[in-house]
Amino acid sequence: MNHETIEHDVIIIGAGGAGLRAAIEASGKGASVGVVCKSLLGKAHTAMAEGGMAAALTTADPRDNWEMHFRDTIRGGKMLNNWRMVKIFTQEAPDRVNELEEWGALFDRTDDGRILQRNFGGHQYARLAHVGDRTGLEMLRTLQNHGIHQGIEVYMECTVVDLLMDGGKAAGAFAYWRDSGTFVQFRAKAVVLATGGLGKCYTITSNSWECTGDGQALAYRAGAELIDMEFVQFHPTGMVWPPSVRGLLVTEGVRGEGGVLRDKDGKRFMFDYIPEMFAGEYAETEEEAKRWRPGVPEGPDARRPPDLLTRDVVARAIRAEVRAGRGSPHGGAYLDIASQASEAQIKKKLPGMYHQFMQLASLDITKEYMEVGPTSHYVMGGVRVDPETCSTSVPGLFAAGEVAGGLHGANRLGGNSLTDLMVFGRRAGAGAAEYAGALSAMPGVNPDQVRDIERLALAPFEESGTENPYEVMQDLQKMMEHDSGIVRAKEELADGLGKLRTLKERSVKVRVEGNRQYNPGWHYALDLHNLIMVSEAITLSALHRDESRGGHTREDFPESSPELEKVNTVVRNRDGEMAWEHVTREPLPGDLQELLSHPHLEEPN
Amino acid sequence: MTDVTFRVFRGAGTQGGFEEYTVQLSEGMVVLDAVLDIQASQAGDLAVRWNCKAGKCGSCSAEVNGKPRLMCMTRMNTLPLDQPVTIEPMRSFPLIKDLVTDVKRNFEINKRVRPFKPKPRQADGTHRMMQYDIDRIQEFHKCIECFLCQDVCHVMRDHQKPDFIGPRFLIRLAALVMHPLDTENRLTELKDAFGIGYCNITKCCTEVCPENIKITDNAIIPLKERVAGNFYDPLAWLWRKARGKRPDTRPGTE
Repeated sequence: MNHETIEHDVIIIGAGGAGLRAAIEASGKGASVGVVCKSLLGKAHTAMAEGGMAAALTTADPRDNWEMHFRDTIRGGKMLNNWRMVKIFTQEAPDRVNELEEWGALFDRTDDGRILQRNFGGHQYARLAHVGDRTGLEMLRTLQNHGIHQGIEVYMECTVVDLLMDGGKAAGAFAYWRDSGTFVQFRAKAVVLATGGLGKCYTITSNSWECTGDGQALAYRAGAELIDMEFVQFHPTGMVWPPSVRGLLVTEGVRGEGGVLRDKDGKRFMFDYIPEMFAGEYAETEEEAKRWRPGVPEGPDARRPPDLLTRDVVARAIRAEVRAGRGSPHGGAYLDIASQASEAQIKKKLPGMYHQFMQLASLDITKEYMEVGPTSHYVMGGVRVDPETCSTSVPGLFAAGEVAGGLHGANRLGGNSLTDLMVFGRRAGAGAAEYAGALSAMPGVNPDQVRDIERLALAPFEESGTENPYEVMQDLQKMMEHDSGIVRAKEELADGLGKLRTLKERSVKVRVEGNRQYNPGWHYALDLHNLIMVSEAITLSALHRDESRGGHTREDFPESSPELEKVNTVVRNRDGEMAWEHVTREPLPGDLQELLSHPHLEEPN
Repeated sequence: MTDVTFRVFRGAGTQGGFEEYTVQLSEGMVVLDAVLDIQASQAGDLAVRWNCKAGKCGSCSAEVNGKPRLMCMTRMNTLPLDQPVTIEPMRSFPLIKDLVTDVKRNFEINKRVRPFKPKPRQADGTHRMMQYDIDRIQEFHKCIECFLCQDVCHVMRDHQKPDFIGPRFLIRLAALVMHPLDTENRLTELKDAFGIGYCNITKCCTEVCPENIKITDNAIIPLKERVAGNFYDPLAWLWRKARGKRPDTRPGTE
């Protein structure tokens, strides 16, 4: 069958920060660029990022430098990060912030008119360039308004079903227009995946409907490797009440601006949860923590409060408090900014949070405690890429942003994601443009492959289906929450893999009502395939990492293992089955090793 | 828990009408929860555009009981529940299906706005800007492009003025004109190509803005004043005449 066909040198899938930055770069290098996105331009999940963008600009604290940012990122990642990525990332970060400013972004300012930086969990110094609590929106809008003048074509509300392959090489993407339901094939010399995360695997998540692991699944099916998929970040502070907003993000900026966590009796419990790795770096008593002030460089007598420990540590602490019966009424912990900052400060620095709680929970955060609990937020793992060019193991396929793995190791520091989008979005765009420039001819399209994709995509309209896609998705989310969630154990993970087989069988039997025009039931039915695939990658990788580290916590293996510190989990498609292996990571060179004071960690969980 | 009746517009293109659905109310519920509930259990093909469900992306714009609102930020307990809750698509934009409209026009308008063009950096490589100089622009940058202001604006809604860019893009222009670093002069196109004169400051846009941006007072009126000062002020005209200068009419790319 003949479908609408669109040709570009480079096709970019996803229009969040990474996708738009890649598009700008590839276009600047002379490539013809098309961006394909599931939503309208400017609605990508990047817009939800609140806290800021980490870079050693040294405007707020002159002691900072890329080496310190490097050290914090690797220690925050519990040593599993690809150090080459972290080095590039921390060295290029300041340029990427300045570049956004050059394109019109307006970050909050210091008293002398430079870019202000705020404190965040795991960052030794105030390091996050920010705009109140809506930094992601500022970044996305800036890239959008700059990007529309760079000769980039944007294909909105268009969902990619699968990558087109020519032999083992990427040849484009097969997609449908959401509004009409008709198919379109994008032919390209190079494809950049910038599709973001997979939070929709879980019931409680800060992610939108879009985050269904599309890029990870597309890459896997095309033969690429996924790395570190067991590491899912549960953000410690999601809203827990009312049920309508359960999981919705409460920015870490609340703690960056001085907010503290309390148990049901008002006791600050984070002092009891400082891991050995960070011992001596955080305030040990409430009295000391009170001397610390956001925005003022800390001294030896006023170390930062432990409420600013890394996200994995804080999430586990809140969970432990709730389990011990010390949680808030709706099963979370209290987050208190009201007693720590003035009403005017809160409204100036956290206007979005003020608004969000006022409107959705009828709660005034300038006067009352918030209730917060862990919510699935980010996946550290993803498509395995080359640090320099973001190329994957599939020729012509590139990946950047949350969809890619390696930079964040076992746990991402807040503020490192927005910077990741810019640093590696740019590199992926350049890598793809260069690769496309070296190809003399457009790769071919295999009509058999197109027929297969089309048949699978239309299957939900067949009479024989019996399953409701919404129900299958909810069952998947419940399974992941229970068996492959914030705390895991061997039996449940193995059980989860079994349930995934059943869910996979159910997913090919879904039946949707109505026609192809803007039909969300159909869209969910197709998203399901990706969600199930990435859920399997998470669960399989988690089952084989017999330790606790960063975002991966095993009840049956509560300690970190020095042996497993040396390896990363890689999964790939082997003859239709998902295969895993542990691959030894390239060790840090001596000079970078010296930046980290502890050789390996023994962190209580 | 109480049951609530919803009258939801169903249809495509120029066809359609209201259908009724009953949804059980839950604590903290917003209108979008109800729509997603209907979708999951009663009408799997009900089209609705949404993303963040937190008032941050501006996707789920619709008219709830006749008022332009974000469905994700409209709490059920703010609506009268003894009568059905009516949900319709935005009326100023062509209907695609059910609650989804074609808002592409806004993206076309945005392309007509010339890009930001900054002054050079200072010798130390920084741009210096004072917070009090950018506070007012940061207000405009809060815009989530829900296009409710474009929906409610009577110039766009009732009068066919294809030039008029609408409140969303007037605040975008205000953000550029007031940006301490921008070097472009944008007043000529505001007056001519963008039709700022059509706005007669009824403030309907400000009323519906979910980000509480004071669109009319803080953006449109100051822009109108600048345009008036540049093109219609007799004293300024005399002054320019005496100095042998013309009004600033550097052309844009229009």
